[in-house]
Amino acid sequence: MSVAVGDAGAVLRGSLAQNLARTLLAALAIALGVALGLAVQLVNRAAVDELTQGVRTIAGDADLTVRGPRDGFSEQVFARLARDPAVAVASPIVEADVRVAGSPEPLRVLGLDLFRAAAIQPGLFPEGGGQYDALRPDTIFLSNAARARLALDPGATLVLQTGLADVPLRVAGSVPGAGGQRLAVMDIAGAQAALGRFGSISRVDLRVTPGTDVAAFRERLAAELPPGVAVDTPQASLRATESVSRSYRVNLNVLALVALFTGGLLVFTTQALSVVRRRAQFALLRVLGVTRGRLAALVALEGALIGAGGAAAGLVAGYAVASAAVRFAGGDLGSGFFRGVTPTIAPDPATFAAFFVLGLAAAIAGSILPAREAARASPARALKAGDEETALARLRPPWRGLAVIALGSLLVGLPPVDGLPLAGYAAIAALLIGTLLALPALSTAILARLPSPRDAPSGLALAQLKGAPGQVTVSLAAIVASVSLMVAMAIMVTSFRTSLDAWLVRVLPADLYVRLPASDAGSLSREEQARIAATAGVAWAEFLREDHLLLDAARPRVAVLARPLPESEAAAKLALVGPALARPPGAPPSLWANEAMVDLYGFAPGSVVTLPLAGRAERFFVAGVWRDYGRPQGGVQIDRATYAALTGDDGVTSAALWLAPGADARAVREAVRRALPGGERLEVAQPGEIRALSLAAFDRTFAVTYALEFASMAIGLVGLSSAFGALVLARRREFGVLRHLGMTRGQVARMLAAEGVVTAAIGTGAGLALGAAISLVLIHVVNRQSFHWGMDLAMPWPQLAAFALGVVALATLTAVASGRQAMGADVVRAVKEDW
Amino acid sequence: MLADVELDLSAGEYVAIMGESGTGKSTLLNLVAGLDRPDAGTIAVGGADLAALDDDALTVLRRERMGFVFQAFHVLPYLTVAQNVALPLALVGTPAGERDARVQAMLAAVGLGERGPSMPRELSGGELQRVAIARALVHSPMLVLADEPTGNLDPDTASAVLALLREQVKGRGAAGILVTHSLAAAGTADRILVLSRGGLRERA
Repeated sequence: MSVAVGDAGAVLRGSLAQNLARTLLAALAIALGVALGLAVQLVNRAAVDELTQGVRTIAGDADLTVRGPRDGFSEQVFARLARDPAVAVASPIVEADVRVAGSPEPLRVLGLDLFRAAAIQPGLFPEGGGQYDALRPDTIFLSNAARARLALDPGATLVLQTGLADVPLRVAGSVPGAGGQRLAVMDIAGAQAALGRFGSISRVDLRVTPGTDVAAFRERLAAELPPGVAVDTPQASLRATESVSRSYRVNLNVLALVALFTGGLLVFTTQALSVVRRRAQFALLRVLGVTRGRLAALVALEGALIGAGGAAAGLVAGYAVASAAVRFAGGDLGSGFFRGVTPTIAPDPATFAAFFVLGLAAAIAGSILPAREAARASPARALKAGDEETALARLRPPWRGLAVIALGSLLVGLPPVDGLPLAGYAAIAALLIGTLLALPALSTAILARLPSPRDAPSGLALAQLKGAPGQVTVSLAAIVASVSLMVAMAIMVTSFRTSLDAWLVRVLPADLYVRLPASDAGSLSREEQARIAATAGVAWAEFLREDHLLLDAARPRVAVLARPLPESEAAAKLALVGPALARPPGAPPSLWANEAMVDLYGFAPGSVVTLPLAGRAERFFVAGVWRDYGRPQGGVQIDRATYAALTGDDGVTSAALWLAPGADARAVREAVRRALPGGERLEVAQPGEIRALSLAAFDRTFAVTYALEFASMAIGLVGLSSAFGALVLARRREFGVLRHLGMTRGQVARMLAAEGVVTAAIGTGAGLALGAAISLVLIHVVNRQSFHWGMDLAMPWPQLAAFALGVVALATLTAVASGRQAMGADVVRAVKEDW
Repeated sequence: MLADVELDLSAGEYVAIMGESGTGKSTLLNLVAGLDRPDAGTIAVGGADLAALDDDALTVLRRERMGFVFQAFHVLPYLTVAQNVALPLALVGTPAGERDARVQAMLAAVGLGERGPSMPRELSGGELQRVAIARALVHSPMLVLADEPTGNLDPDTASAVLALLREQVKGRGAAGILVTHSLAAAGTADRILVLSRGGLRERA
């Protein structure tokens, strides 16, 4: 006799209905994973789109873009380009993010040659005002978004703050083509005057003459441009803009997907226990003529149904979460990369489809092993009661797990792919999956070594666990995964925070720090420096100049910090991560590179490198590598005297002040501000304040990370609870027998509590060990390859101990609660139930 | 619904209760075991009025003075044969040395002297029921309650198990109640009672 699939489908429907609560819980876990992943992706994508839209608006219809240092390059370059026969139109731009009086956020100011910009950047063409307002040096035009943000209507005065100077400008009209971008447009000569950039421009956008081979022209131009000025397509600029936040976004996406992975494990737990519970039913179906393949398909179909339901709900929830996050917190998820950006969530069908497929795949993947088991079981044996553990015996051999762990260990040595630590992620996945595969053997080994307790309930508990290590493993899969990832994150974050704090102490040795308001424009002159140094209470002042150079058109600019840095003091002043090398005789001046420069540009200690300073390629000897948590895009430090000699620029952007004995820091702070005209705008802070602000920003960055981890943890605990519930329910007959034999309810509860403690302790122990291993990969591979900074391992022992105890306690309570539920009044009658 | 049920059992007495399905045979066993409470009437085991005992006291009473044999054996699959038999002794706190000796003696008495270290999945149905009988008697209870103990066994094995059960119950001076549908099984008891809507009566 053969059973039609319709009949088997009825069995499936019946089983899902019978197991409704656990099925819904598994679907909910998938929904949560999909929702978190989708929300993070939508918010990040929208924020990046908003940022890159700005780049697109500015680039307009250009074929090529010539860019250079942040402070600009000589406008002679433009003159040369405009004369080139291959160039149809060249549009010079002065570009800077500038502080505006009364606004906490800088405003992007674009100085345009309007006649040329009209051909390439029509979207930036200003409207309104008088006939020649667009050409006047004292007028500015605001985009609608900027106008709304600054609450400035045409006719109002906008005050730009460049350095310590005020530049009042009349708002003459709008920039209607700028869309949602917050920017301002003015005449290029006016912008140069307002920003103090006479003779300097930020970029030139080029339209080539028809028939010109753009790639060949770009190659020729690249060779002709002065050092530090590069030409590339506008798309390369887009990539550079995207790349600033790329690693952070990818890491956040991966973390969000961890919740989905844990959800998949919960489906595995649910399905594996459900298959074990229905082993006899499946055997009956096999006897009645259902083929192995069809049975496996049925179980996989169950998983797919759970996945489809969960993923669909997750899409709705994810979109709602993303919309709410953007509405209430803007586009920034705590990193600071997108602060001030107000993106709009776009319901992109491809992203939705991708996350639906991911949810579905996670659930189906979770069902594959149980489905195979359902198909493999021998009907004759499966019909026999007490055969449940045989179903899970195939999980026991540890070699698969050990092989996957070994593979993970090999992967950690691989380099990043396209700047992303893909091998690191794969290594973490391998360690995780390998440990889960090795868990049955590990559980068996641990349980075998536990001494037999004297009291009957604990003895029975241990015997039960020893007799069913497969069930222990299935219960633990989700909790081991979530505990290990939580522990790994805790260790990594603690290591990071401890290293950051130590670094801040190291790099902030002075008593006060003074800097210009955050802006791309302005510096403190030699006279202003002298006044600060001469302020009463200041014993010693050290001035720093920060510049930003373009070394690669496809990457963000690199920071150059010029400060008094004699080679003899480098080891004392810098947070070096290696030796301070002595400059060989005849070698060029010394430079100290941060870790990102080593990773991204190959600035190895002892090598000679070039930096484009003031339009010339200057050679430097790399005398050491310093740790830097502020500039993952790359940064170097050189002696300020060298910098001034090479560039002729003696302006500075910040100062470190050491106070005279007995001087009051607050009094000196006020005195510094009074010492300069416009000095009230200076940002003056003590190292403690900067440390507190930096650590607060750090904590904000990791707040979303922790939220995602807690979601995974919650899914893990729900998984454990669900597994306990299923196992306890399946053991009602056993409890009935034990009650007949004279075990009190309290003793049964103690037995379950003991099982809960032992199970959770094994899971938590495995999670702790695995988490520690994963944290090493996060610290030395993922972080290093993503953000190019090293850190020292710091273990948060008290937090780990509290966390482990908390998990064990919660798991124990869950076990007891499940037992209490299963130990209803009719439990004694369960002994009469047929299998 | 049970009514008009009166039953006195003495030490060493072994009775069978028969009756149609639904007449309350299992309910009667549950009442005697203290697992259910009667609406009216008195149940006393060894002089202890069950109505006066709370759940924990009833549990202790079952643990010390009663033994159970079930149709589906209900031998715990994760314990060895010896551990299963030792369970009642462990629950009453018998010292390990004495426990092992009594378990070994009990296993020998039911013909499973060599099977102590075996796991239940290695045993046949008849052997599993022997384990259950050993477990029911190892702590020398005063009352053994057996509910269809041969319902899952073939006739030859059932006959051997019934003989063993009678031998062990009577041989240890316990009282025994055997609930069964089978007249042949009931025939191994000292007397046969029939439960019906009209109450519990001696079989004519």
